[in-house]
Amino acid sequence: MTSRDMTTLLLEQVQKATAHNMPVTIEGQGSKRFYGHTAAENTACLQISGHSGVIEYEPGELVIRVRAGTPLADVNQLLSSNRQMLAFEPPDFENRSTMGGVIASGLSGPRRPYAGSARDFVLGVRMITGHGEVLEFGGQVMKNVAGYDVSRLVTGSLGTLGLILDVSLKVLPEPEAEVTLGLPIARQELQSRLRSMQDMFPLSAAAHQDGVLYLRLSGSEAAIQSARQKTGGEETDSGFWQKLNTLACFSSAKELWRISVAPASQIFLKEAEVIDWGGGLRWLVDPGFDPREQLAGEDGHATLVKYAEAKLPAGVELFHPLPPHVLNLHQRLKQQFDPAGVFNPGRMYRAF
Amino acid sequence: MDVDRQGFIRELREICGDNIITDRPRLRVYETDGLTAKRQVPWVVVLPSNISEVQQIARLCDSHRVPLVARGAGTGLSGGATPHAEGVLLSLARFNRILSVDSENMLAKVEPGVTNLAISEHVEHLGLYYAPDPSSQIACSIGGNVAENSGGVHCLKYGLTVHNVRKLKLVSPQGDLYEVGSEAFDSAGYDLLAVLHGSEGMLGIVVEVTVKLLAKPEAVCVVMSGFASVESAATAVGDIIATGILPAGLEMMDKPAIQAAEAFVHAGYPTDAEALLLCELDGIEAELQSQLDILQAVLQKNNALDISVAHSDADRARLWMGRKSAFPAVGRLAPDYFCMDGTIPRKQLARVLGEISELSREFGLPVANVFHAGDGNLHPLILYDANLEGDLEKAEQFGAKILELCIEVGGTITGEHGVGLEKIDQMCVQFSPAELAVFHGVKAAFDPNLILNPGKAVPTLHRCAEFGAMHVHAGQDKFPDLERF
Ligand SMILES: Cc1cc2nc3c(=O)[nH]c(=O)nc-3n(C[C@H](O)[C@H](O)[C@H](O)COP(=O)(O)OP(=O)(O)OC[C@H]3O[C@@H](n4cnc5c(N)ncnc54)[C@H](O)[C@@H]3O)c2cc1C
Repeated sequence: MTSRDMTTLLLEQVQKATAHNMPVTIEGQGSKRFYGHTAAENTACLQISGHSGVIEYEPGELVIRVRAGTPLADVNQLLSSNRQMLAFEPPDFENRSTMGGVIASGLSGPRRPYAGSARDFVLGVRMITGHGEVLEFGGQVMKNVAGYDVSRLVTGSLGTLGLILDVSLKVLPEPEAEVTLGLPIARQELQSRLRSMQDMFPLSAAAHQDGVLYLRLSGSEAAIQSARQKTGGEETDSGFWQKLNTLACFSSAKELWRISVAPASQIFLKEAEVIDWGGGLRWLVDPGFDPREQLAGEDGHATLVKYAEAKLPAGVELFHPLPPHVLNLHQRLKQQFDPAGVFNPGRMYRAF
Repeated sequence: MDVDRQGFIRELREICGDNIITDRPRLRVYETDGLTAKRQVPWVVVLPSNISEVQQIARLCDSHRVPLVARGAGTGLSGGATPHAEGVLLSLARFNRILSVDSENMLAKVEPGVTNLAISEHVEHLGLYYAPDPSSQIACSIGGNVAENSGGVHCLKYGLTVHNVRKLKLVSPQGDLYEVGSEAFDSAGYDLLAVLHGSEGMLGIVVEVTVKLLAKPEAVCVVMSGFASVESAATAVGDIIATGILPAGLEMMDKPAIQAAEAFVHAGYPTDAEALLLCELDGIEAELQSQLDILQAVLQKNNALDISVAHSDADRARLWMGRKSAFPAVGRLAPDYFCMDGTIPRKQLARVLGEISELSREFGLPVANVFHAGDGNLHPLILYDANLEGDLEKAEQFGAKILELCIEVGGTITGEHGVGLEKIDQMCVQFSPAELAVFHGVKAAFDPNLILNPGKAVPTLHRCAEFGAMHVHAGQDKFPDLERF
């Protein structure tokens, strides 16, 4: 694994951008270029993939600290060789996601409902804000309430608040054993079936596609055996989760909507191509309508993840529109972190 | 404060009727929180009974630039709820209803004044519970838990408050009502839910909390073991984590704490041990026995003196009782105590404990240690007597030294109790001026007129300059230009 600290160079680049009010697109290896609004033409690209390497990893502390340009695959491999893992199971798009992108997008995989989300495992970040300074928030310890939780605020902010230099993450032991099962189950029975497993501990993923409920059990052999007796079902290819996590199973979709709702919600239960997160995540493929209208009365949100640029109505948001007061808070935070508005402008919402 | 005081109180009365306190004897009830070293009688206390009243009070305070301090149960240990002499203290005591339980989505919606324990009690018949369990859980409010991002003995496995709250309803200082988070597993936009956790009443008033509930584990056991030295107990902690087992709780106490707790609640602790570990395992029946075997082997390898395993509810409760009453138990040893709250990398446990006992000798003040060993979160309890000339100052200096030691070994000045008034000077040591400026920026985004809980949590740069202990990083002052702030 290469290790290189480019902090000084990146700092200079940011300072130049802010001094000239020149917007930049922050990019690792560009595996998530599809996610969020595309940058205006001729926006300069701030490349961070060279800023890479593991800074600190002591398995006994359950903490890893890595530079933003480090490939996710390298981190996964290192952790795995110590029988540990990133429990939020970040998607590795095209096998070239970097840790900076993992944190900036804040995306979590099928394990999310059972283990927690990206931000749940973030312990600290070092970043460059629009003030052109290298700052550190949080740290490498498990509990820390000194100052506002900037590291979690930055997680999922799509690079709009600053450039993430490195991140410290809590890691967890890998389960001793794991098995994926397939159970033929009709969509209408999905929720009651999942409910019956609410207190069955070794569940680490549950999704439904084409009349099959996919379950992943993780834990000790004994725990898995006893759980299997209750669930039934045949062992099936665990590659299912990877395909789902990286959206490879939607490769033919022209328009892909990600709908996040409470697991027991009734919305799009029938229409969803795939339901993940034990019911909480529903994927709509080429629905032919904007699902956000139907979400109005729901506590949830929709993201247009894949789309044909040319067919996008002018001014439409890809992420769920925010209520006025909350949008206002976003704009004020953006103003504080990035007064010149140089970091990924409009990538998340058009207003900032 | 240039306010027509009489007029202002008249307006408050119009908003919340008789639920207002202005007479000194009754105001004194609110003069302190759990940090009793800091006392301040508030100008006025209001106890609104609905959200609309909170909105009107906020608007009134904001328009007159009157400080507004929220208060839950007042059990905070850093002075977060210490009143402001010229401000309104807003008690959420009347917000004490559990609004709904959604067992399908495993969520409960509650008002902020509901106590932590009341939630678990309320859903017990459904086989559910709310995981974070601060030792103050019978008294502290869920609103206060959010504001401090409180932890408990079970957060090693189940996380802090921030990991267990899905959604908040808040009143902004301008009186706007808004929501952050969602009943879904994530929400659109920035993670405001995370920023609000641990924000110590500085960013908004929490008026509703949606918490995540968990199914009670099928099987639980608590293993207690004594050690002949703090070092061997600390090594055992690291070895346990290294096995890949994630205990539900992993707590440690030193000799003074063991003895105090034993004398107080008779938990059956070995009073001759130098250190005690309590390790809780939970999960499914099929898994527990093998984990227990591994755990016992690790303890034996580290020369644990006596190992006992508690399976029944009553036995487990007895063992935890000693740990959970450690603060009041130690409190009986001296007229006053200071509870510190640093977090350090686990591997530094033995070193830091050693230095703390040296400092104890140096300052001539006894110290007892109870801590969340699995998380590296220390709670040294410094014993002193406020009636002895200079004792309080000595205790404060001792505490400050401990916090600086935590920073030195790569840790933080507060793991779960918050900065409040208590640790505000140490913030200058942990953060650079530019980092503090970012905190001030976050504050300004939420509370442009700076009326919420002024003077707490984040020091002004002037204060840091006066304190004279500026953040020093890698041997040099990172940002020497104070000018621009
Ligand atoms: C014996 C004892 C044991 C303790 N054990 C633990 C422990 O194990 N773990 C732990 O983490 N803490 C512990 N604490 C500390 C304390 O109980 C927690 O910090 C608790 O969360 C405070 O809740 P409270 O309702 O008492 O809040 P308060 O003390 O009333 O307030 C604390 C802060 O929250 C703010 N606040 C309160 N309500 C709101 C609201 N609705 N909206 C906005 N801001 C609000 C206040 O302004 C203040 O800044 C302990 C305290 C004691 C006395």
